[in-house]
Amino acid sequence: MKDVHAVKLTVNGRLHQVEIESRRTLADVLRHDLGYTGTHLGCEHGICGACTVLLDGLPVRACLIFGVQADGCEVETVEGLESEGKLNPLQEAFSAHHGLQCGFCTPGFLMLATAFLRENADPTEEEIREAMSSNLCRCTGYQGIIEAVRAAAGNGERPDAVVEVAAETSEDRSIEGASPLRDAGDHEQ
Amino acid sequence: MTAVGRRIGRLEDGRLLRGLGHFVDDVNRTGQLWMRVLRAPLAHARIESIDAEAVLALPGVEAILTGKDLEGVPPIPVRTATENQLDEFLQQVLARERVRYVGEPVAVVVAEDPYLAEDAAELIEVEYEALPVALEARTAIEADAPQLRDEVGNEAATLSMGYGDIDEAFRRAARVVEAEVKIGRHSAVPLETRGLVAEYDRGSDHLTIWGSTKVPHFNRRVLSRLMDMPLSRISMKKSDAGGGFGVRGEFYPEDFLVPYLARETGRPVKWIEDRQEHLVATNHSREQTHRLQAAFDDEHRLLGLRDEVWHDNGAYIRTHGVIVADLTLAMLPGPYRVPAYEGMAHVALTNKTPCGTFRGPGRYESTFAREHLLDVAAAELGVSRLELRRINLLEPSEIPLARGLSTLSTDVILDAGDYGGLLEKALLQSGFQDWEKEVLRLRDEGRLVGTGIGYFLEKSGLGPYEEAAVEVDPTGTVRVLTGGASLGQGIETVLAQIAADQLEVPPEEIEVVHTDTDLLPDGVGSWASRSTVVGGSAVMLAAKATAEKALRVAAEMLEASVDDLRLGASRVEVVGSPDRYVSLGKIAAACDPQRSVAMGVEPGLGARRTFSVEHMTYPYGVHLAQVEIDPETGGVQVVRYFVAYEVGRAVNPTLVEGQLIGGAAQGIGGALLEEFRYDTSGQPLASTFIDYLEPTAAEVPRVGTLICEDAPSPDNPLGVKGAGEGGVVGCGAAIASAVEDALKIPGEISSLPITPDRVHTLARRKTEAGE
Repeated sequence: MKDVHAVKLTVNGRLHQVEIESRRTLADVLRHDLGYTGTHLGCEHGICGACTVLLDGLPVRACLIFGVQADGCEVETVEGLESEGKLNPLQEAFSAHHGLQCGFCTPGFLMLATAFLRENADPTEEEIREAMSSNLCRCTGYQGIIEAVRAAAGNGERPDAVVEVAAETSEDRSIEGASPLRDAGDHEQ
Repeated sequence: MTAVGRRIGRLEDGRLLRGLGHFVDDVNRTGQLWMRVLRAPLAHARIESIDAEAVLALPGVEAILTGKDLEGVPPIPVRTATENQLDEFLQQVLARERVRYVGEPVAVVVAEDPYLAEDAAELIEVEYEALPVALEARTAIEADAPQLRDEVGNEAATLSMGYGDIDEAFRRAARVVEAEVKIGRHSAVPLETRGLVAEYDRGSDHLTIWGSTKVPHFNRRVLSRLMDMPLSRISMKKSDAGGGFGVRGEFYPEDFLVPYLARETGRPVKWIEDRQEHLVATNHSREQTHRLQAAFDDEHRLLGLRDEVWHDNGAYIRTHGVIVADLTLAMLPGPYRVPAYEGMAHVALTNKTPCGTFRGPGRYESTFAREHLLDVAAAELGVSRLELRRINLLEPSEIPLARGLSTLSTDVILDAGDYGGLLEKALLQSGFQDWEKEVLRLRDEGRLVGTGIGYFLEKSGLGPYEEAAVEVDPTGTVRVLTGGASLGQGIETVLAQIAADQLEVPPEEIEVVHTDTDLLPDGVGSWASRSTVVGGSAVMLAAKATAEKALRVAAEMLEASVDDLRLGASRVEVVGSPDRYVSLGKIAAACDPQRSVAMGVEPGLGARRTFSVEHMTYPYGVHLAQVEIDPETGGVQVVRYFVAYEVGRAVNPTLVEGQLIGGAAQGIGGALLEEFRYDTSGQPLASTFIDYLEPTAAEVPRVGTLICEDAPSPDNPLGVKGAGEGGVVGCGAAIASAVEDALKIPGEISSLPITPDRVHTLARRKTEAGE
């Protein structure tokens, strides 16, 4: 017999209600029941951190939290970071400093760094390395990630997560052939 | 301004940073079932019985397959064939009668829900009779070893290659130096595990598959044969991939099982590998033992080189056949003047996870073996490590050089290079002299610090060809289709940059489509650092042909001569009269079928082209490392790291640096942390991330890079050499060399990974010796 529970949780400011088994992880609830597929699963045993989301403001491994434990909680995911279709300063910095390649670990690092920078707005490189060493990245060698977090901190703009997911981003297609998401920009050095 | 050579931001980033990528687990189809694989719990055993009847009766369980159900299905074929006969050693999609490694697929279940599928698989009852195991390559090929198969032995192939009079070289030698070297079993282990989604349309007998990458066109052909379906009724669709590094995208048992079950059940089937499965099911790599000998004359010049290699390939020959061993031998002489060479490799089968390629296959291994041998030689000959390399590196005047060796069905011809020049540049740019001064200062404080060097020769740009097409639609949108695939390396950005220069369209406005067998039915794929070299050259040709067609059609539209027209800013304009122009979109619209016939051109603005190449191109470089050892724990901290790399021409220098730095991180992992160990019964000891240690930001230092563009490849129109693997290739060599230097034990670090327990023992022995 399945033991099913009604759970209410807020994701990026939007209230959701789901009926889930007690063994269902928060990661599966987010990804498969609510469609927040930006949260990725890399190991499902709490080491890699690809599934890092913020639960009531604190970074957690969504693979180690059951969905029922998030009842009544506020969850922030990568989908909540952009604002009115624009990348936030931390996301911008990840692109500008080549802090991602395959992009699979990226949402976890973005959420980890979001929480980290809220606590420590002006970290040293050592502090950034220490904090970022909780997650795994197999592509970048971490250098771009460390630089991106430092640049985002140096920006003085704390990347508070945005609560509403922008529904449409493609209102302006004035240029022939331009893709609406091609806003990574030119990083000529 | 040309796009090639610029550090433009990646076109992939916008979607990936928003969580809007489409990885395979993000693909969901209506009515989808979930597959779970039941895997062998023993390293070697006979399957006595499988009882799944009760499980099949559970509500929500849709189907179960065992090896008996698939007896007519041929084994998975080799993709990179050599002349070796390997049929006896190939893997079936499900084990029959016998299992040969922990993790081998024994049965599969499909159910309504992934949790249920996992429960159901655990309830299948399998009885095994355990058999003795062979776990070490060198003993596995002896006659009295436990046999994985009846009658055929455990040595799947014996490779040999060489040139010159090797016996004469050793006869003439003033000095012979020997070394034995071991490289630990480790692998790519990307952050995204494997996965596949397949949907079958019974009405049209058509399969659609998401999650294939690296070599989708090849895998489609294999699937067509294994499932006995026409090629045109199988469509591979693109998805984002969470890192590949050689292991993702090869044809594994699940690449058959998922589509087969979709056809059997008539419902979409999804399979997502979990991490524990990944660590026992996806290709391992690297595990080799080398016994090397070098002959030197009395001026420290190499006269000859011998190597005998025992290559542990695990329980089966997979899609890579024996090419890792083949590449190991072919690349062993590296960038040095080696007048005579003899290499031999035993490809041994053991009761462990089968092996394939991992970024820099055969080069990580052979570079460590050769560079270690040179470090041993430097110590024995009484010459510095750098000086010995300077003496023996090939001079520019000796290149191009046909090595007299062949690999991957191509002759090894070193195409362009100044190996010594790159070494000097690297030493200067890295400030290596200052590193060494710092080492001396720190040693005075009693600290265990040392520097190391690893010079390497790479290969890249394997042919035989690649396909590309460019299409411009009537809104002016440019789309590039490639036979390459995305593994997260930035192929969309790089190919857009190459197309942009031919079409005078900003790269940000070009869409690159990969892994779509309906849009581009042929391609060779993304491996062997070939995407920019071969794929990029094909894109260049297709874009150039498209530009020529645009000029020709615009000439008709503007009633001007082609010679008076030029491309600029997504349009064609009359030189000297910038107000007389047509946009690319308008030209594309003019290429409708009816007007095209009237103009005497093929319909549509675009072109499809093939770039073929006979030989590979050979990049090269050097890794420099500085390490510090904690005498209490034996832990090795990499303090400084530097990679210099000759890339011919960097399409996007930021992305090349990213490849080098990311590669170095993986190489540091393989040198210090990562190893698949087994207990004496063949049980894997690293089946979680708690035991398989990928480096974190705390273990990887800032990596300095120097990209050289001094030796463009003469074999492709871009002049590029591949950039994907050079970051990893020299790590084992440089770090081992640095640890030896720190402990002042030249030639004693002959085995990777260099774990704290081993270092601790060596450090203590050193201390007790009164150093």
